[in-house]
Amino acid sequence: MHRVVITGMGTINALGTDVPTTLEAFREGRCGIGPLEFRDVERLSIRIGGQVRDYDPEASFNRQQIALYDRFTQFTLLAAQEAVAQSGLSFAGELAARSGVVLGTAGGGVTTWDENYRTVYEEGKNRVHPFVVPKLMNNAAASHVSMTHNLKGPSFTVATACASSNHAMGQAFHLIRSGMCTVMLTGGSESMLCFGGVKAWEGLRVMSKDACRPFSANRNGMVQGEGAGVFVFEEMEHAKKRGATILAEVIGFAMTSDAADIVMPSQQGAARAIRGAMQDAKVNAEQIGYINAHGTGTAANDKTECAAVADALGHHADAVMISSTKSMHGHLIGGTGAVELLACILALRDGIIAPTIGYEEPDPECALDVVPNVAREAKVDVVLSNAFAFGGLNAVLALRKV
Amino acid sequence: MSSEVQDKVIEIIAEQAVLEVSDVKLDATLEDLGIDSMGLVESIFAIEEAFDIQVPFNANEPEKSEFDISSVGAIVTAIEALVAEQKGT
Repeated sequence: MHRVVITGMGTINALGTDVPTTLEAFREGRCGIGPLEFRDVERLSIRIGGQVRDYDPEASFNRQQIALYDRFTQFTLLAAQEAVAQSGLSFAGELAARSGVVLGTAGGGVTTWDENYRTVYEEGKNRVHPFVVPKLMNNAAASHVSMTHNLKGPSFTVATACASSNHAMGQAFHLIRSGMCTVMLTGGSESMLCFGGVKAWEGLRVMSKDACRPFSANRNGMVQGEGAGVFVFEEMEHAKKRGATILAEVIGFAMTSDAADIVMPSQQGAARAIRGAMQDAKVNAEQIGYINAHGTGTAANDKTECAAVADALGHHADAVMISSTKSMHGHLIGGTGAVELLACILALRDGIIAPTIGYEEPDPECALDVVPNVAREAKVDVVLSNAFAFGGLNAVLALRKV
Repeated sequence: MSSEVQDKVIEIIAEQAVLEVSDVKLDATLEDLGIDSMGLVESIFAIEEAFDIQVPFNANEPEKSEFDISSVGAIVTAIEALVAEQKGT
């Protein structure tokens, strides 16, 4: 069994266009959620989100690239560029053959679907751009990352709704741990902040019209975000041999299925995933210092997640810090676990626990230390990152300080 | 007019609950009828479509909603008010 470390990280999300800006926002407890801006937004009843603002594709990509890259692919490539640059790796020969890409996304090129349906249905045109299919396919981002960085090993996309990124990073971890690969670019992205994307979510009536307030008694739903998070996972000896800066070690991963309900979460399914990640990492509950929560801000998720954490960690649940950074960047759906892993690295590397902002009223059903509103300094050695998807698919990662 | 609204709302609820219209009484709660949160959201959608109205309802805080769902009768009353308000009848 090979050990797996993280040697690069990149992001773009509502809090910033790179990792330093995002981590600074976590420290400050800054909120990136605001009024949505896109065509037909006035026909929505939900009009807030964690949108990437002042984004100019032409600043980063040429016209031919933009014709091929949906917004979720653009975000992924920008995050991957930052992560690879930090790692100091370049891929050629045997290393390229033993390196790949596993990314999560729930919807893929939603904006491309939306724009082109509008063209043929609303505008009545009978012709669409020739690259619609390669632009919208769920694996477009993974494929373009592999082409851009010459990654020739296993590459694929995982779609498990809100757990997509955690499932993807778990696969990347397994590919390196088993010895099949040396380096994997992994994480995920999502961009469904367009009229059709938000309209679909509106129908479920679980979205908040004003703010994402995880664990707060007055929480009233989730708020969507967009963006990407990409990490360089690397076999530890390979990283050490080349003198790479190691950000954290990935030590465990577990996945479970509730096998129960298509939208309602299950305490048992979530608790089994948390316990499984600790067992896989060979750590006990007392070693866990911080949990990055799934913490969507819905009535159902937050109370179920707190009960699951209490169940899996026993009496230590009262001592552990658990926060939801979705309160700041929104819920990035298939990309969310990737952006949230940044908060885990911030905790391990810098000793800063990102807060749950928007917290206003204690909820007896969420009676854990949710690090309300203000970031905290704390030395932690082991952290967990939770993701619990619609469809009852759960994925939990465990990371350790190096 | 109000009985028309009542009949349609009961018809929608009966269909969701897989019951005969005659088995849906005004004093029944959704729980009595076996309608869960997903069933409720679907029923509200059907009601909005049937009357071409917007029903203010957030599944995260059903009790805080302006829309009273405590019984079939309460729902009928609320829909009658929304229809009058939004359709001017």
